[in-house]
Amino acid sequence: MRALLIAILAAVPCAFGQSPTAKASAPVDLTGYWVAFVTEDWRFRMITPRKGDYQPVPMTPEARKIADAWDPAADEAAGNQCKSYGAGAIMRLAARFHITWQDDNTLRVESDAGMQTRLLHFNAAATSPGERTWQGYSSAQWEKPSSLKVTTNNLRAGYLRKNGVPYSENAAVTEYFDIAPIPGGGQVLLVTAIVDDPQNLRQPFTTSSQFKKEADGSKWDPQPCTAK
Amino acid sequence: MHRKIIFAAVFLCLPAFAQVELTGSWTPRNHEFLTGDGLPVDFTGIPLSEEGRIRALSYSESQLEMVEHQCQGWPVFYLVQGPFGLRIWSETDPLKGNVISYTIGGWEDRAPLTIWMDGRPHPSEYALHTRSGFTTGTWDGNTLVTYTTHMKAGFLRKTGAPSSDEAATTMRFYRHGDILTVLEIIEDPIYLAEPWILSRSFQLSATPQPPIGPPCVSAYEGSVGPTAPHYLPEKNPFVDEMTKKYGVPRDAAIGKPETLYPEYRKKLPPAAPAQ
Repeated sequence: MRALLIAILAAVPCAFGQSPTAKASAPVDLTGYWVAFVTEDWRFRMITPRKGDYQPVPMTPEARKIADAWDPAADEAAGNQCKSYGAGAIMRLAARFHITWQDDNTLRVESDAGMQTRLLHFNAAATSPGERTWQGYSSAQWEKPSSLKVTTNNLRAGYLRKNGVPYSENAAVTEYFDIAPIPGGGQVLLVTAIVDDPQNLRQPFTTSSQFKKEADGSKWDPQPCTAK
Repeated sequence: MHRKIIFAAVFLCLPAFAQVELTGSWTPRNHEFLTGDGLPVDFTGIPLSEEGRIRALSYSESQLEMVEHQCQGWPVFYLVQGPFGLRIWSETDPLKGNVISYTIGGWEDRAPLTIWMDGRPHPSEYALHTRSGFTTGTWDGNTLVTYTTHMKAGFLRKTGAPSSDEAATTMRFYRHGDILTVLEIIEDPIYLAEPWILSRSFQLSATPQPPIGPPCVSAYEGSVGPTAPHYLPEKNPFVDEMTKKYGVPRDAAIGKPETLYPEYRKKLPPAAPAQ
């Protein structure tokens, strides 16, 4: 009898078109501390690549001109030291990320490097995008059976790489979050990111980054943005 | 009656578990550096064990002059590291209709990979090891999960980071629309200090990717002398090339595991001015 009651209660919201909250319907638990495991693009992520070292980003000639004029001192002076920490590049940072539920329909993703905060809105239609920011406005939805899809726009123009590889404010970022077990123990978070920006990219710039889950925040190390 | 209601509730509210189509041609999105720069000592991003590092630093590319090393080539995990696309096809049981196996076509330096989906076990540990190894697959929701063993010893990276014949690889194939992302976890109890995790994305393509590549054929290229070309410990002349060219510290260039985590950046010297 109890099973029958539970089943009916579970079915009622569906039957009447009401969705459970994103948190309640989450098919996978993304929350926790995640550390970037920098096995790819080491010299572009762990150190600031030298000016002109852009490979293998599919840049347009216009983007190359912009990158060739990269001036980190000028960026700092203008208060733009967070240009390489925007949503177009943030998940490629050598950083730790803390993912929590801000509310029942908003995932909060914080980075220690650059001390950035992303809000992934599951009820995006009800929210106004507001002004452009480094992290833009992100809409989120669960993809069956176990992925998270995030689309981001309303960005401030930023850098894909710390050495000035640009993306414009019209860029759109699509990301997929997937979790997998690591043989021998642990979990890995895979984030596939696709940056679409015809002004600066000959084709959508696609990267996939790996993060290992950590037991706690003991290695969390907030550091402000740097342009160099 | 109760059972029907419970079924209906579950059916309405839970995602349906379905597999996805993986067959077809997939072009690579080569926007990540997975194979290193091509400098002789670039093992950045590889968590080499001490034994792996010693062996890697002893490697001389002149070994490729030796007939027995010319086709040493690549184990299965080069599928994610290499620059090529994927051509995937399946074999179907003509009576039951289920997929017996998937095959990922080969390339010049990578053998075709057959993924057995029919539940057969992996062979004995003493069975033949081949370049493509032995691979089984299962579905985890919409994700194809494969496991490969029985690979011949080869390279983790073409400049000499070694893989042993005890290496095993788990791959997960995630399809999101027209993008296929392959997550690869390589275990090697001899040459890796911890599992090496890589990934690469591919774009669905209407242009066919080649299902095969030209086979590696050994050829005599002249005598290399009585010993295999190699470098003795502390004698590799290229160990500081990454430092000179890109400012990469030696510890990172030689694949020390601690260099793969963000906190290693605190050990780096201050960023040099833009050049």
